[in-house]
Order: sequence, then C-alpha cells, then structure tokens
Amino acid sequence: MADIGFIDESSGRTLPGAGLGWLDAKRDAGRARFGALGLPTPKLESWKYTRLRPLDDTKFAPVSDAAGEAKIDKVPGLSGSAAKIVFVNGRLRTDLSKLDDLPDGVRFASLETMLAEDPAWLEANMGKVAGDAPVRAGGTGEQAMLALNEAMMDSGFILHVAKGVALKAPLEVIYIGGLTDDAVAYFPRNLIVLEENAQATLVKQHIGHSVGEYFANAVTEISLKQGANFKHYKLQAESIYATHVTTLHADIARDATYESFQLSIGGLLSRSESNITLSGEGAHAGVHGAYMMRGKEHCDNTTFIDMAVPHTTCNQVFKGVLDDESRAVFQGKIYVARDAQKADGRMLNKTLLLSNGAEIDTKPELEIYADDVQCAHGATTGQLDETALFYLRSRGIPEALARNMLVQSFLGDALEEISDEAVREAFMVHVLHWLPAHCYRAGEWTSDQLEERA
Amino acid sequence: MLEIKDLHASVQGTEILKGLNLTVKPGEVHAIMGPNGSGKSTLSYVLAGREGYEVTGGRIIYCGEDLTDLEPEERAAKGVFLAFQYPVEIPGVPNSTFLNEAVNSVRRYRGEEELDKIQFVKMLRAKTKELGMSDEMLKRAVNVGFSGGEKKRNEVLQMAVLEPKLAILDETDSGLDIDALKIVADGVNAMRSPERSALVITHYQRLLDYIVPDKVHVLAQGRIQKTGGKELALELEKSGYADFKGEAA
Repeated sequence: MADIGFIDESSGRTLPGAGLGWLDAKRDAGRARFGALGLPTPKLESWKYTRLRPLDDTKFAPVSDAAGEAKIDKVPGLSGSAAKIVFVNGRLRTDLSKLDDLPDGVRFASLETMLAEDPAWLEANMGKVAGDAPVRAGGTGEQAMLALNEAMMDSGFILHVAKGVALKAPLEVIYIGGLTDDAVAYFPRNLIVLEENAQATLVKQHIGHSVGEYFANAVTEISLKQGANFKHYKLQAESIYATHVTTLHADIARDATYESFQLSIGGLLSRSESNITLSGEGAHAGVHGAYMMRGKEHCDNTTFIDMAVPHTTCNQVFKGVLDDESRAVFQGKIYVARDAQKADGRMLNKTLLLSNGAEIDTKPELEIYADDVQCAHGATTGQLDETALFYLRSRGIPEALARNMLVQSFLGDALEEISDEAVREAFMVHVLHWLPAHCYRAGEWTSDQLEERA
Repeated sequence: MLEIKDLHASVQGTEILKGLNLTVKPGEVHAIMGPNGSGKSTLSYVLAGREGYEVTGGRIIYCGEDLTDLEPEERAAKGVFLAFQYPVEIPGVPNSTFLNEAVNSVRRYRGEEELDKIQFVKMLRAKTKELGMSDEMLKRAVNVGFSGGEKKRNEVLQMAVLEPKLAILDETDSGLDIDALKIVADGVNAMRSPERSALVITHYQRLLDYIVPDKVHVLAQGRIQKTGGKELALELEKSGYADFKGEAA
C-alpha cells in the first residue's frame, strides 16, 4: 500500500459523518479495497502513461485546522453566480461561501452540512452511479482512486435540483489548495442529481496557491434523470506543487444532456478521469476540454463514454498546448454496446507542441459492437504554423504577439464548445493569462470575439 | 527608395538569386516578369525577410538603410509590404482583429499613438468601402473560406490599411477573373503617389494593362536579364521567355 501516511483503522473516525453506520461501512470498504489495490501503476492499461510518482515521494498528512483556516485574500470566481461553496484545503469555509439565496427546488450544500441535515438522502443516493463493483471490462479499470476517496471523503458538495426546476445562473464550487507548512491531502466527494427536466450550470474551480504541497483526490457522481440538462465546467489551476486526481461517474438518462468542459492550466501532476454512461435513448454527452502545460507539468485526461442503448450521441473535443518539458495524455474511448444502434459518436484530440521537450501521448479509441452507427475519431499533433507566423509578422505584428495569437486561436476553437457565454469568456481570460507576456490588447480581443459571435 | 546590389540568396543551400541588381526610385512602379523558377517569389520573400531565405551576398538598401538584418515585423513597420501570392488562412483570428493588431503594432514601433477602437473602425470602414468589400469579410477569420478573389482583395485591404512606402505584389493577378483584377488594380493605383513605390511581380502582361509600370525587368536565372519600358511587357507577351531560358548564367 502506498504511503498516503495517515490511512489506518482510525482515520475515518474524525471525518464528517463518522458514526453513521452506512458511511462507516462505506469508508471501511473503501479502505480495504484501496489497501488491496494500492495506487494504480503503469501496468494497468489506463494508467500506462501516468505514474503518481509525487505520492511515492511525499508523506501527506491530514489537513490541520491551520491549513483549513489559511487566510485567503481574494476568492476567485465568476460574477453573477447564484451561490458559491468554498473549501480551503478540504475544509468548508462558510466565511467565503455564499448560500443564502438559493431558489426553491435547489439543494446546494457541502457534504458536511448534508451529513448533518439529511443523511438519509445521501445514503440513498451516494454510490448509485459510481457503484462499488469494478467497472465493466473496457472501462477505466480498478478504480483504486475511487476507493481511496471513499475511505477518506472529507469534503465536497451536494447539488440536487427538483423536477422541472431550471436554474439559470451558474452555481460555483471553489477548492483552494496550498498555503500549508506540511504536505496535506484532501478528498472531496461530490454528488449531483438533476431530477426530470431540471436544468443547471455548475462551475468548479480547483485553484492552487504556490506555497505548500497538496494532493487532491476528488470523486464526482452525476445522475441526470430524463430530460435533464446539466452544464459542468471545471477549471484546474492547481499550483506547481499539486497532485490532482479526479474521477467522475455520470449516468445520463433518456433525452438528458450533459455538457462538460475542463480547462487545465496548472498542476504538477493531474489526472482527470470521466466514466459516462448514456443509459437512455436520446441521451447526449458533450465532453470537452483544453490543456496548457509548461515546465515539467503532467496532465492526463482519460474518458470512457459508454453508449449503452440505441439513439444516443456524444461529441468530444480536447485541444492542448504544451511547452517546455511538459507532458499530456489523452485517452478517450467511446464504447458502443451491442444493440446500441444509431449511436453517433465523435472524438477529436489536437495538440500543439511549442518545444522539442514537450510530449503528448494520445489514444483515441472506438470500441463498437453495434452495426448501424456513425462514429469518428482523430488526433493530430503539430507545431505552430511557420507560414502563418510569417504572414502575421510580415504585417508588422511582433513575433511574440503573433505566436500568442496563433495559440489563442487554436484553443479558442475548443472553448467554443462552452455554450455558456460568461463561462467561456472567463475561461478565455485564463487562457490569455497563461500565455507568455506581450499579449498586447489580448483582453480586448476576447471581448471583440465574443461580440462578433453574439 | 530601393537599391538592390549584387544580391545573392539561397533557399535550403541552393542559390536562387545570383547577383541581382535593381533600383526603384520613389513614386515608381516596376514590374518584374520572368519564367517560372526564375527567382521571382524568392526575391519577394527575401525582401520581406522570410526565415529560410538566406542572403549570402550583396545588399538591400531601403530608404538608405540595409534591410538584410531586420526582422519581418521591423521591415513592415518601416513601410515594406508583401502581398502574398498565396494568402495564408488563419482560423480563429477575426480579420478585423488581425488588421487592428497589425496597424497598432506598426504604430507602436514607429512611436505613434495607437488608434482606439472608434478611430480604427472608422478608418477601416472607409478603406473597405473604397475596395467594395463587405463588412462580413472583416468578421470572418483571416482568409478562411475566402474565394481566390476575396483573398487577393484582402491583401489589397491590408496594404491600404498599412499604407506602405514599398509594396511588393507577388503574382497578385494569379487566379483572378477580370473583374477582381480590376478591383485589385484600382486599389493599387489609388495608393500611387510620389512617395510610394511598388514592385509588381507577375508572369503575365495582363495585370500591367491596369497597373501601368514605369519600368519592366525580365528576371531569369536569378538575375535581371533585360530592362525596358512598359512596351517590353507587350514584347514578352508575344515572344515568351524562350530567349532568356537558355542563357548561361
């Protein structure tokens, strides 16, 4: 068993909800399973390109009160959100959160609050999508990181939207890590349930402060009932000392629509794994993302989309830019079950390598058992187009700005998959800030582009 | 304006220009004609400073200054403009943004005040109107989905917006029908003034009916082989380039 340091018989006893029989049992089972599996190794197909080396080399401790109470001057976030939950190193911070103005039919609370107020609902819903059994063959494997999360879940949030309720303004969850003396680990467990024809948008941000090492291991379960519509946006801007592992399990029922976009712009080592099942006819998943890495950062996006029944659709666009000696992994699999006729699945991964030391390992896969489907996948890797660069420079645009313009246009294409305009704009600003300096008037450009699209 | 002396240039180790001499005075329009492979495009890229086009000898004096060590953007800021034979498509960058960045980059380099949004749009609208271009073409990504004629018109728009002192038109007539050719020629003629010069590189005489040159040069085998007035273009139209192809370098 890997040295996460503090996982033992007693570790669950101080966590939120300790003493609830079903939760104690779940944590015990998770601990036993993680103990048996250990950390994933490259021997596992789906972990071939990502090794959790920082977890070997570091002894993590549970979050101390001081780490949870770290002073935060400014909480990043969107303007115009309906409500906000903020965690610092895995501790709920009511002083930074905003939950006072929730519409009827919307339950949005921290795991801790929910365990205190309505544990029965949690008992009935938690684990329903992620399941305890290993994912079927063809999925992403043994789920050791899910087991670890189950053993240690200490934070996270619940979103439950009642039947027919349409929430217009986005909800926000912000995880802030860092500002600690010791290396800490935290384990958010998120549960999202949208009842029939409910609609919501959620923006999740994982933000790192550059002091202090930390390990975030999050699990998110999503259940979209018939006709529900959920937009799920995630910004991963972890620090260069962060190890970030997230596992998502989603079940998309009949005529429900799931749209996700993950923007990864920071983190020493990150792995985002999504297991999405289209379980009802007319279900749709758009699973998109962009990554920008530099230094020695490593970013892994692994997705498994199970088109389990006939007449489902999915679309996937992941684009990335890698500089220095950074590395990215894209493993995408679309699985079409035997009788899932008329499935329509698309997958595309494109990466720009800005330096000779950067590396992308890309593996788009289709596994199809039905005979009447439309599926396509593709991957490209390249460098900045020298002819385009010369064209811009020949018009007087300095080289650095010309490079930025080309990178921005490359990623801008992926960000168009974000249908929420305010989120798209906010994410574009993060893209711009990642770019090397000299990106003159870039902010103005973004708003121009948005105007023109509108 | 431009004085090229004994210019030698190579691409990937192969010498293409082999001692080219050319003098263009302010206000003059010179045509450079020649067979395929004679070095016409190489000359235009060398003047604009494209990477990979290496000057191995000679000098390019532009407005009293040697250009050879300047970056492409510096040359542009000093008033050199190359209209591309094959304008490049840049997905995701709106044409108007591209033009705005170009104009203000050049102004910054020259120490001039940048144009604000309103000033820029006003200036741009005036130029597009002159060229009979739609605003739609400004909103679209640079050259993406443009027809051949639209691409060339877009080159002329960039030229009109940047107001260069020395414009180099590299086979701007290729792929244009007669109407598009007239519009492009009108755009170039509108820029003619005693302070501006142009180098019109073309394979055919046709464009020169509309942009009437002061001088015509025949470029073959990396050198200017013959120089004459506009009537030389007509002669070439009749006799072709056969006389120049066989000559020893």
